[in-house]
Amino acid sequence: MNTPRFAPGDVVSVRADHPPGHVRTPYFIRGREGVVQSVLGAFENPEELAYGRRNGEEKPLYRVTFTQADVWPRYDGPANDTLVVDIYEHWLEPRS
Amino acid sequence: MSPHDDHPHSHDEPHPFQPDIEDGPITPRMVMAQAVEELLIEKGIFTADEMRAQIEMMDTREPAIGGRMVAKAWLDPAYKELLMRDVNAASLEIGIDAGGIPIRAIENTPDVHNVVVCTLCSCYPRGLLGFPPDWYKSRAYRSRTVYEPRKVLEEFGLTLPDGVEVRVHDSTADMRYMVIPMRPDGTDGWSEEQLASTVSRDSLIGVSVAKTN
Amino acid sequence: MPIRRHHDMGGLEAGDVVPSEHDFALWEKKVDAIVKLLQMPDRKILTTDELRRGIEELGPGVYDELGYYERWISSATNMLLEKGVITVDELGRKMSEVEARWNADREVPK
Repeated sequence: MNTPRFAPGDVVSVRADHPPGHVRTPYFIRGREGVVQSVLGAFENPEELAYGRRNGEEKPLYRVTFTQADVWPRYDGPANDTLVVDIYEHWLEPRS
Repeated sequence: MSPHDDHPHSHDEPHPFQPDIEDGPITPRMVMAQAVEELLIEKGIFTADEMRAQIEMMDTREPAIGGRMVAKAWLDPAYKELLMRDVNAASLEIGIDAGGIPIRAIENTPDVHNVVVCTLCSCYPRGLLGFPPDWYKSRAYRSRTVYEPRKVLEEFGLTLPDGVEVRVHDSTADMRYMVIPMRPDGTDGWSEEQLASTVSRDSLIGVSVAKTN
Repeated sequence: MPIRRHHDMGGLEAGDVVPSEHDFALWEKKVDAIVKLLQMPDRKILTTDELRRGIEELGPGVYDELGYYERWISSATNMLLEKGVITVDELGRKMSEVEARWNADREVPK
């Protein structure tokens, strides 16, 4: 049973690791800090499925909201613009 | 005597009329696709009928389905509540099985305008809306929408005031997203069908809004 | 300098979005259908994740040169070979047969 580690409202940062291989956490969001918007449930890990390993291991998946100005140093838009990314739990750490 | 008469094959092997190979180059991957299809049918992995049914089903999936659902939601608060909770369940209500991949609705409001992209590939609610347009899968859209969404939206003819939050959704995982555009002004008393006609595919992706013209 | 994989393009500079579309050719719809059928729950010969991984592994040059469904069929076929669902030998023979058949079809006077 997979109890989610994070809850809506939690501030989280995205791990700044850069492995090769099949990863669904986009490069541009690594190392950035955002807020958990919602918990989407638990899903099989794409990093395992991609290599034919269907062991049923599920990871909680979160919608995480980022302020655009926090993601892009030269964001050329209003301060209230945001970016929402669906991120698996093992890519998130509590705020650093 | 047709060129087919002297090569061995059973009646079950598909040699469909292929208008797309009548003109234009025959590329290696077109040949690969046909070869793989025939091999998989020969091996009993699936049947020619299943192939036909799958292609026909996808041909019925189109943005107008999303348009109908949005119009229904504008008119019926209970349907809207279902749509906002679970697009797949809401589409079953109108007789469309959108398939197993979960689709979620994101609602535009006077304060927030949503736009969807898949930077890593081209995730899109295909089971409902059909095939995504080429531009959605393009390098330019996938690269730029996340960091200069307002500029991309302007290229589609949409300018939003600074007071409206532009919220970009990168569809990276198991969910697919459909934008629920705002009901356009001047549509009081319109029928569901008329309202559905205001909802374009582009407004369901978020690069446009629902319009009366 | 961290690794950014070629398909992971969010944030990179690019030109204007060209609002292009095209009607899908039958072969493209077939690729879509083949992939969907392989993924069906009662079969599960291929997952979306495997397909994506295969596309990502095509590498920068091929990734950019191929069209969308060309990438799909390249990846799906590689996966089918890897899994032993089809063999290189039978694929090679079948591809030659298909090509010969299509070329012959074109030569038939209308």
